[in-house]
Amino acid sequence: MKRMKWVALLLVVMFVFSVALSGCAPKTASNVIKIGLIVPLTGNVATFGQSIQNAFNLEIKQAGGTVAGYTIQTVVADDQNTANQATAVAIKLCTQDKVSAIVGSATSLTTIPISVVCEQYHVPFVTPTATNVKVTMDPTRKIYAFRACFIDPFQGLAGATFDYNYLHAKTAAAMFDETNAYSSGLKDAYVQAFTKLGGKVVAQMAYTTTDTDFSADLTQIAKLNPDILYLPDYYQKVSLIGGQARNLGVKSIFMGGDGWDSSDLNFAVMNGSYFTNHYSADDPSPTIQAWVSAYKAAYGSVPDALATLGADATLIVLQGVRDAQSTDPTKIKDAIQNLNGFQGITAKFTFGPDGNPVNKPAVVLQINGPAKKYNFITEVAPS
Amino acid sequence: MVTFFQQVVNGLQLGLVYALIALGYTMVYGIIKLINFAHGDVFMVGAFMGYIGFTFVKLPWPVALVMALITCAVIGVINERLVYRPLRYAAKISALISAIGASFFIEYFTSLNFVFGPNYISYTPPIKEITWIIGGVRITDIQVVILVTVAAFLALLQLLIFRTKLGSAMRTVSFDHDAARLMGVDVDRTISFTFFVGSGLAGIGGVLFGFAYPEIWTFLGVMTGLKAFIAAVLGGIGIIPGAVLGALIMGQVEIMTAAYISSQARDAVAFAILIIVLLIRPSGILGRNEPEKI
Repeated sequence: MKRMKWVALLLVVMFVFSVALSGCAPKTASNVIKIGLIVPLTGNVATFGQSIQNAFNLEIKQAGGTVAGYTIQTVVADDQNTANQATAVAIKLCTQDKVSAIVGSATSLTTIPISVVCEQYHVPFVTPTATNVKVTMDPTRKIYAFRACFIDPFQGLAGATFDYNYLHAKTAAAMFDETNAYSSGLKDAYVQAFTKLGGKVVAQMAYTTTDTDFSADLTQIAKLNPDILYLPDYYQKVSLIGGQARNLGVKSIFMGGDGWDSSDLNFAVMNGSYFTNHYSADDPSPTIQAWVSAYKAAYGSVPDALATLGADATLIVLQGVRDAQSTDPTKIKDAIQNLNGFQGITAKFTFGPDGNPVNKPAVVLQINGPAKKYNFITEVAPS
Repeated sequence: MVTFFQQVVNGLQLGLVYALIALGYTMVYGIIKLINFAHGDVFMVGAFMGYIGFTFVKLPWPVALVMALITCAVIGVINERLVYRPLRYAAKISALISAIGASFFIEYFTSLNFVFGPNYISYTPPIKEITWIIGGVRITDIQVVILVTVAAFLALLQLLIFRTKLGSAMRTVSFDHDAARLMGVDVDRTISFTFFVGSGLAGIGGVLFGFAYPEIWTFLGVMTGLKAFIAAVLGGIGIIPGAVLGALIMGQVEIMTAAYISSQARDAVAFAILIIVLLIRPSGILGRNEPEKI
């Protein structure tokens, strides 16, 4: 009994000690700015995260590791492309690491929860590629949320316009992931636009992220034989569906969105298919070509849209810090909102009241299976 | 009409893969009255072993299949030895909880970077895709491979259970452990052997699943394992032909639901079947309601 008392006392002392210690946060040196990076380094879209991380590191290195006199300290977190993990790491970055700004994440699935956290803790973030409307507006504007890319209502419209006018498609079917806001949002935008143009959407089939067997749906689609099969999902799922589709006699042209952009896409199966994207590596603009060369020199491969927009998002954050001349997140947020014609890689950035860059065009690329690259087809500008 | 037969073929493919996993569940339940929740994860390991076999070790696929079979069989036996044997005669709930624990352990351990990693892995199956069109219905060579492999292993299993001494030992132990001991059957060895066979079949199921749906990740076993478990219950848990029957029915129902009702409803229908079976006829289709005789 006496021993128990000592053990209990020891435990209480340890507890009090650890609580006291945890209260002492490490003080940031006054000339250091912490910039966070939240990306899916692992999970079902790992190439997205790796591309953005490469671009982030490259841009910070090109800036000399400093901005506005502050030394940049990066805090990297992996959100594994799940909403739970994204929320957890966002809270950690905002409260424990106390970052001044965040670049991330890659998909709307994770960025929507991140936007809620950042809005709560007043930390601005710029997402390179999350295209769902709700990232910045749900339904009112989250003032700390910004993005470097176009939004899905425009992307769906761009895809539908291309299919209807360029490919002369009259009928389309869509297969989408109903548990993924990006996939269902983009599908809705496409269906709405395609129907408005005069086309007919003959089927809209939902599946969940963990589904692997699509034979039932694809057999039905083969029977309906639409001109286009719209697959607004990430590259892994799309490769799986594409392979099964061809086996089941689906003759439709596959059409997709920016979630296809990955070196892990099954180029052989998806050969000849089209998708809407943010930029083309073949764009002759000098800014883009300079970027492509720099990335190739650093990492040995052509940058995908994730990397390019990752670089743009990083540049936007750095410019925001320069304009604000401060590590205060709210001042940086104001500086980013007030950017006017800031020269990024893919465009001159001006942010609208909805947190989206004004007038970002989309490009349509075609998969070149044998050469394992994308061919630029056309650009679709916002009207 | 052609589309209907195509859907039947699709359902058959799915059902055959479920059959291999369901057999493992039913065999283990039959012999130690335990639902081996880690079985779905053994199936996942089989899928990965097959992938590693033909991608990295460059084995021809039948050899990779055998490699997956043996690896999974060994994992099943280790699982039994470490996790289930100590709790064999304890309260049923303890064994069930430890089975769930083993399941989580396998899932998360294999998702560590130095094992399989947490990413989804897509690959090209090592069998060149050939499609035959018979009467408008498309049949791929992968489907034929799955059918032939499952049929072959089922036949072997029947041979094992009814024509060998080990098989008869398995049947005896599933009847009554103590009586089997009195008859001179080594109960521990027989149970280990049952796990060996059941897990080996799941391993093959994993490789075949990988051929048909080449996207694998460490949580693959969760949903597929659950559906195979429902199949085993539907057919009559503990009864081997029941597992196959249940699996074939589950495959068909899932595909027909996706085709003619809605793709979103397929999982809901699968679990609804489980609830209905347990409410109306818990012993399953081929099961008999045997009262416990003291």
